[in-house]
Amino acid sequence: MSSTVPGSVPPSRAAGSVTGHVPTQAGPGTGRRVTLVPPATDRFDRVARAEWSKLWSVRSTGWSLLALVVVTTGIAALACWGTMTGIEQSPEEVPPFDTVNLTLAGLSLGQLAAAVLGAMVISTEYSTGAIRSTLTATPQRLRLLSAKALVFIVVALVVGLVTCILSFVVGQAFLSERYRVDFGDPGVSRALLGGALYVAGSGMFGFAFGALLRQTAGAITAAVAFLLVLPPLSQLLPGSWGDTVTEHFTSNAGQAITFSQSVPNGAVGLSPWAGYAWFTAEWLLILAVAAVLMVRRDA
Amino acid sequence: MIEVQDLTKRYGSTVAVDRLSFTVPPGVVTGFLGPNGAGKSTTMRIILGLDRPTSGRALIDGRPYASLKGPLHHVGALLDAKDVHPGRTAKAHLTALALSNGIPTRRVGEVLDLTGLSAVAKKRIRGFSLGMSQRLGIAATMLGDPDVLMFDEPVNGLDPEGIVWIRTFMRAMAAEGRTVLVSSHLMSEMALTADHLIVIGRGRLLADVATRAFIEASSGNSVRVRSPQRDQLESLLRGKGLATTDVDGYLQVQGVTPAQVGDLAAANRLTVHELFVQNASLEAAFMEMTSASVEYHADTADIPHTTTTQGAPR
Repeated sequence: MSSTVPGSVPPSRAAGSVTGHVPTQAGPGTGRRVTLVPPATDRFDRVARAEWSKLWSVRSTGWSLLALVVVTTGIAALACWGTMTGIEQSPEEVPPFDTVNLTLAGLSLGQLAAAVLGAMVISTEYSTGAIRSTLTATPQRLRLLSAKALVFIVVALVVGLVTCILSFVVGQAFLSERYRVDFGDPGVSRALLGGALYVAGSGMFGFAFGALLRQTAGAITAAVAFLLVLPPLSQLLPGSWGDTVTEHFTSNAGQAITFSQSVPNGAVGLSPWAGYAWFTAEWLLILAVAAVLMVRRDA
Repeated sequence: MIEVQDLTKRYGSTVAVDRLSFTVPPGVVTGFLGPNGAGKSTTMRIILGLDRPTSGRALIDGRPYASLKGPLHHVGALLDAKDVHPGRTAKAHLTALALSNGIPTRRVGEVLDLTGLSAVAKKRIRGFSLGMSQRLGIAATMLGDPDVLMFDEPVNGLDPEGIVWIRTFMRAMAAEGRTVLVSSHLMSEMALTADHLIVIGRGRLLADVATRAFIEASSGNSVRVRSPQRDQLESLLRGKGLATTDVDGYLQVQGVTPAQVGDLAAANRLTVHELFVQNASLEAAFMEMTSASVEYHADTADIPHTTTTQGAPR
């Protein structure tokens, strides 16, 4: 077999004589320089803007946020309707409740939509391989991670607040006058804002697990376990230290901020802000581990 | 310019890159050649700061990748065309990259035009063919109009048109004075594309030579001649103690220059229709060099290449 591959390429093959149909000739980038000025400094806001555009350019974002609003509001309506029905039938069997917290009952499921989105914001980077494109553009990994987190938190807070106000309004429509509260009543606005904060925090559990595990399914499973499955199970722990663990455990602690009044004999024992601080510290801890690993691991 | 200095990367007990040093200068296409598993992709990922070297370092224009300000202005790299979120549109993908590096977003339209992707700019990448994905990857490399370009196996899976397109593109970029490093395990592709070769095997540097020199240095170069008086010419050559072979209707002669063959024919008033140097294929040169370092030895005895066509005198 003779090889017809020539040993070298004649200089005439070099770029000056590329054939006309090749797009490199047609495009405006053909000239040696297109006078782009490299930035003198790297800026966080550029990375944040890029992450903002990335968040809204995949369909899962819209669907997750829609699920958050619809599920949470729908459960608010169901919970309030069910509670009123119970009161009408046998008032003595209905334990005292916090109205705002009742209208935010849907957050127990709605938080999962936030956690799923939080996980996917980072895990899909790894599952698709896009992380290599992303890190090539932004090699400072902690800057990337914090920009992603910031963008997600802002979106989760805004959509979370809309969700909570909507749930509050819709839920209260099913309650009789006697149980209704107003935005101006003590603790009500704080509890609604707290609901939004809780949504963002739940989402950050998903985000932290996504950054840690680098895959969507595992991150969502971990977030569901920590936010939904384990918190009620923690009540099985014996003794006073068991109670301590329970009241500090993820969503048990975090949901304290969704009550407008101090809790009537509930399992949640921490004050609103103390509970939320614990909740935040817990996802921050997971995220810190993820951040250390992200810096150390190969992408 | 890309500088790789004493680079080593270990995964557990496996050494992927072994004290590798080389420099990639601007203005030419440098081929990064080696068998699969030789450490080409690992080296490229380290150059881009994606993987951490066990020891040694890689520099772009004298600086580590992570310290470049707006790295897309300095380096455009295409490692794997599928390293994108398939749910994003081509335009959205490029826009996010541009935003992160402070590149004006009008540039997105320009690179889409440049790579012929404008018509599918708003289509999700999920539906792209491999060729389209490769073009999108190339569009991304050109966003910041960088001085340094890196491509990892860019012609893999492409149709002939796509291969020619990428080859021409890379040569055009080098001709503009950019640094172009392109990896491949396809020697024939490198022969057509690269001016200079960095050859590695098992993570080690095997050669850092001009492509032409790499081929000429290999032992299989020979002269081919076609003549209507073939038998007379053959006798003359053999009379000089030269081994001749019949290959595809040519008389192939080892250890001689075309000038010597031409002079010999002229002196004996023989007609010559064709006379040229048949270089050993790059494959042959490559096999010769890497035979000691390929990851898994195949039985190469039955692989035909020009160096094995030795004629036996009658």
